Amino acid sequence: MLAHALIFYLFSFVAIISSLAVISSKNTVHAVFFLILDFVSISCLFIMMGAEYLGMLTLIVYVGAVAVLFLFVVMMLNVNFKELRAGFLNYLPFGSLIGLVLLIEIGMMIGTWKYRDSFIKTSEIQINNNLTNTESIGNVLYTDYIHYFQISGLILLVAMIGAILLTFRQKENLKRQNITKQVSRERDDGVSLEDVESFKGVKLND
Amino acid sequence: MLNDYLNIIFFDVLKIMFLLVPVLIAVAMIVWVDRRVWGLVQLRRGPNVVGPFGLLQTAADALKYIFKEIIIPAGANKVIFILAPVVTMSLALLAWAVIPFGENIYVANINVGILYLFAVSSLGVYGIIMAGWASNSKYPFLGALRSAAQMVSYEVSIGFIIVTVLLCVGSLNLIDIVVAQKKVWFAIPLFPMFVIFFISALAETNRPPFDLPEAEAELVAGYQTEYSGMMYALFWLGEYANILLMCAMGSILFLGGWLPPADIFPLNAIPSPLWLVLKILLLFVAFALIKAIVPRYRYDQLMRLGWKVFLPVSLAWVILVSGFLVYFKMLPVN
Repeated sequence: MLAHALIFYLFSFVAIISSLAVISSKNTVHAVFFLILDFVSISCLFIMMGAEYLGMLTLIVYVGAVAVLFLFVVMMLNVNFKELRAGFLNYLPFGSLIGLVLLIEIGMMIGTWKYRDSFIKTSEIQINNNLTNTESIGNVLYTDYIHYFQISGLILLVAMIGAILLTFRQKENLKRQNITKQVSRERDDGVSLEDVESFKGVKLND
Repeated sequence: MLNDYLNIIFFDVLKIMFLLVPVLIAVAMIVWVDRRVWGLVQLRRGPNVVGPFGLLQTAADALKYIFKEIIIPAGANKVIFILAPVVTMSLALLAWAVIPFGENIYVANINVGILYLFAVSSLGVYGIIMAGWASNSKYPFLGALRSAAQMVSYEVSIGFIIVTVLLCVGSLNLIDIVVAQKKVWFAIPLFPMFVIFFISALAETNRPPFDLPEAEAELVAGYQTEYSGMMYALFWLGEYANILLMCAMGSILFLGGWLPPADIFPLNAIPSPLWLVLKILLLFVAFALIKAIVPRYRYDQLMRLGWKVFLPVSLAWVILVSGFLVYFKMLPVN
């Protein structure tokens, strides 16, 4: 158990340090790399807690897809930090006000928060120890919570359609590739054998 | 207490060595097979000078790379530049931990084996992006961008293909997936998925005809342009280890892993790891033949194939297979 605990705290240490590095590193690309390190160590934490399915999904969805796109966008944008820092003093009073409110709220929450044993008992889900993680999640997600699942899927779909619509522009005079036309082109469409008479030449139609 | 830990660590390291050393030797051999097949298709001899049949060609190449100077460009981001080939190589080797070579021959048997494979193979894109960005040069950067877009697109259809197989198995465990194919290999009932998986695997590993990230006619050598010496060799070995891994994944998902084609005497006497190796080799020779035969795709054609052909077809197939299984009450889990 000692080794287990040590490794667990190692991963949590890495997760916390890298998440701090995300917000403090000056180079945005480095920040994204630290974010990826953070995701990886969090998925390791999931695995150490026995939630191997969640850990793998974090790796696949966040590291394998979301962070790649992040990195993609951040690399292509040339973020200018001097411009970003220019209005720092103007925003300082308002920003610190919001920060103060958030700090007070967090303080109030931590001060009054108590762990209730009844939390876990009020849940109606029966946990079967013989099933694997994946099966237990599937058993509740596609039965009791199917509506929430469907609604979250619909929200994502709407977001996707919105994003596509925002960037979609109907252009005039756009030359499009017609793959069927390209593939179905035969030899006779492009080449013809002409019998050329001497001193007369040949007239090609276009 | 400490003794126990040391014992566990020692035996685990031993097991890992028993897996990784053959994998690395196989990578060296497979490079030779690739070049040899390529040569034969083009009516050349291919590498045939170093050692018997040229078998030691890769060793000679590796020796050459080790003695070459490693050049790091002045404008490069040093840490990430050095990290990139390391990431590529270690990710390619990491995934082999879960590949089962027999019912009881594996390094790790985890519940979510196929997800682990999928996750690790989808992380492979980072080595390429890091290399492209850290080189601080135009061609590597363009190559990395191409590669990122390409790998993310084809991962989607690979995901759906895995889902169709999982629907027929009812488990994410790789051993269960192979055992479920005792009656019939999934390549037969799910043949279209097998074809799509094979083509997506070509795109995922940046193999021709989808080797646009390193298209030499446009991008010099893509993301590898600034690399030299051992760091280039690491990229090169990592790429081939990845290709072998995709072949292994294909044979586990569709060609029955370590199972013989039929459970009759001369076939089932052959030890199970040998069957898996044979199947991996078969898929790899197909990879090599395609490299020699098919011309390179245009980038827009590649994207079209991924998003407009493979994604709808594999999605439709998921729905078809699940509908079939539900209607005929053939679902593996109730």
